[in-house]
Order: sequence, then C-alpha cells, then structure tokens
Amino acid sequence: MIKITANAFNPYTEIQQHQAQQSGLQGKFGATSLFIGTMRDFNEGQTVQSMTLEHYPKMTENQLGKIVSEAQQQWALLDSLIIHRIGKVSPDDSLVLVAVWSSHRGDAFDASRFIMEALKSRVPFWKKEQLANNQQQWVAKNTDGYQHS
Amino acid sequence: MSIKVVYFASLKELLGHSETLLPTPTSTVSVIDIWQQANPDLTIPSNTLAAVNMEYVDLSHSVIDNDEVAFFPPVTGG
Repeated sequence: MIKITANAFNPYTEIQQHQAQQSGLQGKFGATSLFIGTMRDFNEGQTVQSMTLEHYPKMTENQLGKIVSEAQQQWALLDSLIIHRIGKVSPDDSLVLVAVWSSHRGDAFDASRFIMEALKSRVPFWKKEQLANNQQQWVAKNTDGYQHS
Repeated sequence: MSIKVVYFASLKELLGHSETLLPTPTSTVSVIDIWQQANPDLTIPSNTLAAVNMEYVDLSHSVIDNDEVAFFPPVTGG
C-alpha cells in the first residue's frame, strides 16, 4: 500500500493497523523491516524550523509503485506499506515510512533498504527548508545517508 | 490539442509559473525542443530532470501531441 498524506501520521499506529487488516500475513510473516524518516531541526550546519514538501502528483505514486514491483521481483515479499508526508512539516514529524513484511529476515532487510534508497533518488518529492533566520531554501540534493565528520 | 509543460520546486520558482501550454508541434520535437520553445531566453539548468507522461526520459526523447512534459530539479524526498 502506498499513501501520500498532508497530515501528520504515527508510523507505529499505521504499521499496527495495516498488519491487523492484512489477513494474508497472519501466520506467514517471520520478518518485518521498518525505516522511519523523521524531520531534524538542523541541516548542513543550519537550524531548520520547518519544511514544506512538494511532489508531482501521480508521478509520485507511479514511481513508488514501480519501485515496489522491482523489490517484489528481487525478494520474496509478503506485503509492504509506504507512507510519505507532503505539505508543511515540523521537527520530529515522521516524513516517510517504509515497512516490508516477508517470511525471512534477509528479504525484509534488503527490500526495505532498496525501496528507501530508490525513493530518495527517483521519486519526485522536493523539500524547502524554513530556517531560523527566516530565510527559505530548497534542499539541493540528497546525501549518501551517512554522517561525514 | 496541445502539449502541457509543467515545472516543480526551485525550477517553478525560477520561472515564476508552474505550467505552460504549447500548441501541437508541426514536426517531430524532443524534450529539449519543448524546453526551448517554452523558455526561449533561458538555457535549461544543468541538473534538470525531465519526464514525459510521468516517466523519466532523456532530453532527446520525442514528444507527441497530448504529452505532459515535466521539468524539475534533483529529487529530495524521504
């Protein structure tokens, strides 16, 4: 399931509700892998007060659907749930959830990483930061996902 | 009939609008031709990504009537 939402969401509640509704999972899944992306109050050495997320409606859902299909071809997945925020977000808000269910852990670990990295590089979302000094700036590009000191 | 051109994020702000409608081309045109028709005074920024009907394409991709052509900067979701 893929959801794009302008409302704040609790990823843990969403996972619980989704899992309870998917009767096909019951007794079958041995592994669940989760990635939750949360808004920080800093980026590139600057204090960030809020962000606005823009997207390209329909292409966003199309690209996410393709990514999930690619993951299903590579790993034995039972189910997946992807939620992404749009609109104005504040520090500590959940931005993205990728949850993957499979019978065995390798499939769940690998597929969740694949989906998340593909989302970062291919799905048309853009972040605009509102900084503490009242300036606004677009995030120019995504990083490799590691802290470099 | 026409070709719809849409822009997002920083590119939309740079251009000052989110959408342009171009008349049906009279000959074969590519995505970069569409940019030049829509923005004759502006060279396409080097990091611009393009999509036709919501699929990523190269700038040399051919465009036909009723296509939706999108231009946008590198994506930064997640």
